[in-house]
Amino acid sequence: MTNSAIAAHGLRKSYGDKVVLDGIDLTVPAGTVFSLLGPNGAGKTTAVKILSTLISPDPGSGQIHVGGHDLATEAQAARAAIGVTGQFSAVDGLITGEENMLLMADLHHLTKPEGQRVTAELLERFDLTEAAKKPASTYSGGMKRRLDIAMTLVGSPRIIFLDEPTTGLDPRSRHNMWQIIRELVTGGTTVFLTTQYLEEADELADRIAVLNNGKIAAEGTAEELKRLIPGGHIRLRFTDPAAYQAAAASLNDASRDDEALALQLPSDGSQRELRAILDRLDTAGIEADELTVHTPDLDDVFFALTGNAVPNQPSRPNQPKEALR
Amino acid sequence: MSSFSLAVRDSSTMLRRNLLHARRYPSLTLNLLLTPVMLLLLFVYIFGNTMSGGEGRSAYIAYIVPGILLMTIGSTVVGTAVSVATDMNEGIIARFRTMAIHRGSVLFGHVVGSVLQAIISVVLVGAVGVAMGFRSTDATVVEWLAAFGLLALFALAFTWIAVGMGMGSPNAEAASNNAMPLILLPLISSAFVPLHSMPGWFQPIAEYQPFTPAIETLRGLLLGTEIGNNWWIALAWCLGLSLLGYRWSKAQFDRDPA
Repeated sequence: MTNSAIAAHGLRKSYGDKVVLDGIDLTVPAGTVFSLLGPNGAGKTTAVKILSTLISPDPGSGQIHVGGHDLATEAQAARAAIGVTGQFSAVDGLITGEENMLLMADLHHLTKPEGQRVTAELLERFDLTEAAKKPASTYSGGMKRRLDIAMTLVGSPRIIFLDEPTTGLDPRSRHNMWQIIRELVTGGTTVFLTTQYLEEADELADRIAVLNNGKIAAEGTAEELKRLIPGGHIRLRFTDPAAYQAAAASLNDASRDDEALALQLPSDGSQRELRAILDRLDTAGIEADELTVHTPDLDDVFFALTGNAVPNQPSRPNQPKEALR
Repeated sequence: MSSFSLAVRDSSTMLRRNLLHARRYPSLTLNLLLTPVMLLLLFVYIFGNTMSGGEGRSAYIAYIVPGILLMTIGSTVVGTAVSVATDMNEGIIARFRTMAIHRGSVLFGHVVGSVLQAIISVVLVGAVGVAMGFRSTDATVVEWLAAFGLLALFALAFTWIAVGMGMGSPNAEAASNNAMPLILLPLISSAFVPLHSMPGWFQPIAEYQPFTPAIETLRGLLLGTEIGNNWWIALAWCLGLSLLGYRWSKAQFDRDPA
């Protein structure tokens, strides 16, 4: 408990009769990256808003501790420990980037020279020095996002919430953002990240929770989540229909895709299994035009858990019942 | 840091932010000054002879300037409502809410900034009045200070109401519409014509609405007319509206944002 940067129990929130969060538990150890993954409307932003004290949870929720402080009684102390970059840019468009930074420095009660030093440092780090004297409303989307994060970092918060930090960024900016997040974690900061990109969670997060319909559908490391579904297979593709038919006849445990002239053999992707399959193909005299090894990725997990089944997937006994809705 | 010094420090930071906005984008405030200045010119130079009942233009200038000064406040706080409504839709307000700053500082910054803007506006419009021939030669220093205090208090009261209106409006356009009565109210006060010239059934409404007692008090202070019980009615309105506007604004700010 003492090592948890964030600990929430039975987090609930409804708007009218629409249940957004249906009693979720979240625990994030200090100094780690936690990613809340889910489709649009899953409740990710609502969770961030509650944990960052922007909105209050429903009365039926359990205790929520952020930075060791109970949000119900010590919200102000929790606020002192966190930094938030929401989904929509939280910069003041009417003033310049530099003025935005100095505003944050003032609100964190830094001395004037200290505020100027931090401002110059962060503007430099986020490649905004050149644009520092221009109104923030003239910035591009990526620049606004960088300024937004730079502003969040002014008070050196121990816990940072990033709500879809790379949505709408080009691939280069996205990789820069990932680099920034990695640097933060190296410095000991705890990061709570929401994203709809599986790749992003896979890249960055120590632990991932998949949120769907207001409930945690699964939680674990990327590896643990991938293990939840036996989606690995080897795919053999043919160009000659006759060869395809012959192969299909001799490999009767393969699932067929007649249109693509492809066969799929279940496999965990290990070298041993691959060799066994190649031996079988040799013995049967089958020569495929293309062989690909497919290991389950987070996409498979995501689709499986959020109930949008991917075609041609084997049945999934581990699938939690929430996903069946 | 004690909570009081925290409040002062954060509020002054927010004030600096609002003044920066006003300095960068002065057109909103300046546009709002046009209404009272145009009305002043219109009533004095176009309708002046009729309005004064034959007493002449300069007598009428003396009559309407106090009302115009208070109308200037009603007019500038429309800008407050608009900028508060705009501001509340900005992401940066959400950021402020998640920071360990004094909770009321966002509102205090707006209020102090608006009161300062209103006072500057009153001085500008007053200067136009003086240029047109308005004189207050009899007023003592104490009366001048009291007049200034009344204007400042009136500005505070209407600013808090305007902040409440701005918070309750979904966007700038709605805020501008909702705050419209603050510009129109002076038209049904004793600003332009004396109360006894209005229909009998309407006189009580005109007499006790917030503008008339304040106008009569200001007239008395600057021109030496009879103040009577108007000063304490004006004071009661100012304190009542300030308190109401403050409570209303705070309740709306403390509510969870959508």
